[in-house]
Amino acid sequence: MSSVRVLVGTRKGAFVLTSDGKREQWDVSGPHFAGWEIYHVKGSPVDPQRLYASQSSGWFGQMIQRSNDGGQTWEPVGNEFVYDGDTGTHQWYDGTQHPWEFKRIWHLEPSLTDPDTVYAGAEDAAMFRTVDGGLTWQELSGLRRHGSGPRWQPGAGGMGLHTIIQDPTNPQRIFIAISAAGVFRTDDGGETWRPMNRGLKSQYIPDPNAEVGHCVHRIAMHPARPNVLFMQMHWDVNRSDDAGESWYEVSGNLPTDFGFPIDVHAHEPDTVYVVPIKSDSEHFPPEGKLRVYRSRTGGNEWEALTNGLPQSDCYVNVLRDAMAVDSLDQCGVYFGTTGGQVYASADAGDTWAPIVRDLPAVLSVEVQTLP
Amino acid sequence: MIRVVLPAHLRTLARVEGEVELRVAAPATRSSVLDALEAGYPVLRGTIRDHVTHQRRAFLRFFACGQDLSHDPPDDPLPEAVTRGEEPFLIIGAIAGG
Repeated sequence: MSSVRVLVGTRKGAFVLTSDGKREQWDVSGPHFAGWEIYHVKGSPVDPQRLYASQSSGWFGQMIQRSNDGGQTWEPVGNEFVYDGDTGTHQWYDGTQHPWEFKRIWHLEPSLTDPDTVYAGAEDAAMFRTVDGGLTWQELSGLRRHGSGPRWQPGAGGMGLHTIIQDPTNPQRIFIAISAAGVFRTDDGGETWRPMNRGLKSQYIPDPNAEVGHCVHRIAMHPARPNVLFMQMHWDVNRSDDAGESWYEVSGNLPTDFGFPIDVHAHEPDTVYVVPIKSDSEHFPPEGKLRVYRSRTGGNEWEALTNGLPQSDCYVNVLRDAMAVDSLDQCGVYFGTTGGQVYASADAGDTWAPIVRDLPAVLSVEVQTLP
Repeated sequence: MIRVVLPAHLRTLARVEGEVELRVAAPATRSSVLDALEAGYPVLRGTIRDHVTHQRRAFLRFFACGQDLSHDPPDDPLPEAVTRGEEPFLIIGAIAGG
């Protein structure tokens, strides 16, 4: 019988939640790396026992941990993330130019074909890659050297490269997203990059056709339809049908089009999930009701999913990397909150139940579907 | 032998308990002690000082013999009591943050 393993990164450690295919009874392992911020944990698609974790601390900096046994044991690997050559400058909050400074790894994306190859998204925004299982990391500096670099600027949460999506049909094509620069795409394995933000409308950016500067919170793709992308932006939920060449808004009837995560059903490429959040600055669910919204039409028409979720006095946030889906026949959907709950739905969002309620603030949630 | 006391999280990373003892050629300095520490425990590279610039991480401090040595030049000799092993060289995480 299939099983699932949920990998949870929190402000104070990592947790591994496992269940059989029914997803009713859960085993909780952790905290791993207690006291450290775990921005992201993700497994290799080709070797599910191989996991990578981004472990960081304001005191001690960045570590990368690797597991070869599904998270039971871990070993630290390389943590030297050095920008390639001249680091250059980006725009600072006061409009001046500011040198790139490495702060942490937000996101780890293992290769679709090789368990030793992993892409890492950094703050300040840059893309790194290892081909030796994390022992050494090299920057794919064509991204940072894109001519628009001096116009990238940090959002309130920093200038992080937070999304990395590989095209399963084209190993040379990768999408990434940066707050607040936007979406970029490479078609040559990471050597060169192009901004992919046409059609995005960002309040306060005077140029409606601005190439960069958009605060993209998250993008998602269904692997069977890699030219279709969904995006949760600072404001607006957007969709692209041409691999990012152009975008259009599909916020439709959402109660607010602000939010962080977005994900796609494992078997229905037009079924999309978001968690609307009140903004600016509040960053909690509207009316204190925690609702996932699901569109079965690829956007525009959204339904609230509330069964099992708190519908009063709920003031948590759901961060951009904190939602994932499994690929069991009945698609499971998972998300974690800044209040430390991890909710699961074993029926594509119709009903929800907490797996755990009292973890540290959840930064990321990933799911592995195991044979 | 020079005795080094690490913060708890770094002891966990380095998989050591209690103090670390290092053999460092005289005259021992902060740089040479950290070089020896990182050579013996490569996992600590980058956690105390920057990989490339060797600049101290902002929220770590160096103490010995009741003195804060954090702002001393890294190649200054350490106090003799440290080099004789009578007093430990302390690496301390700032009491800050959440």
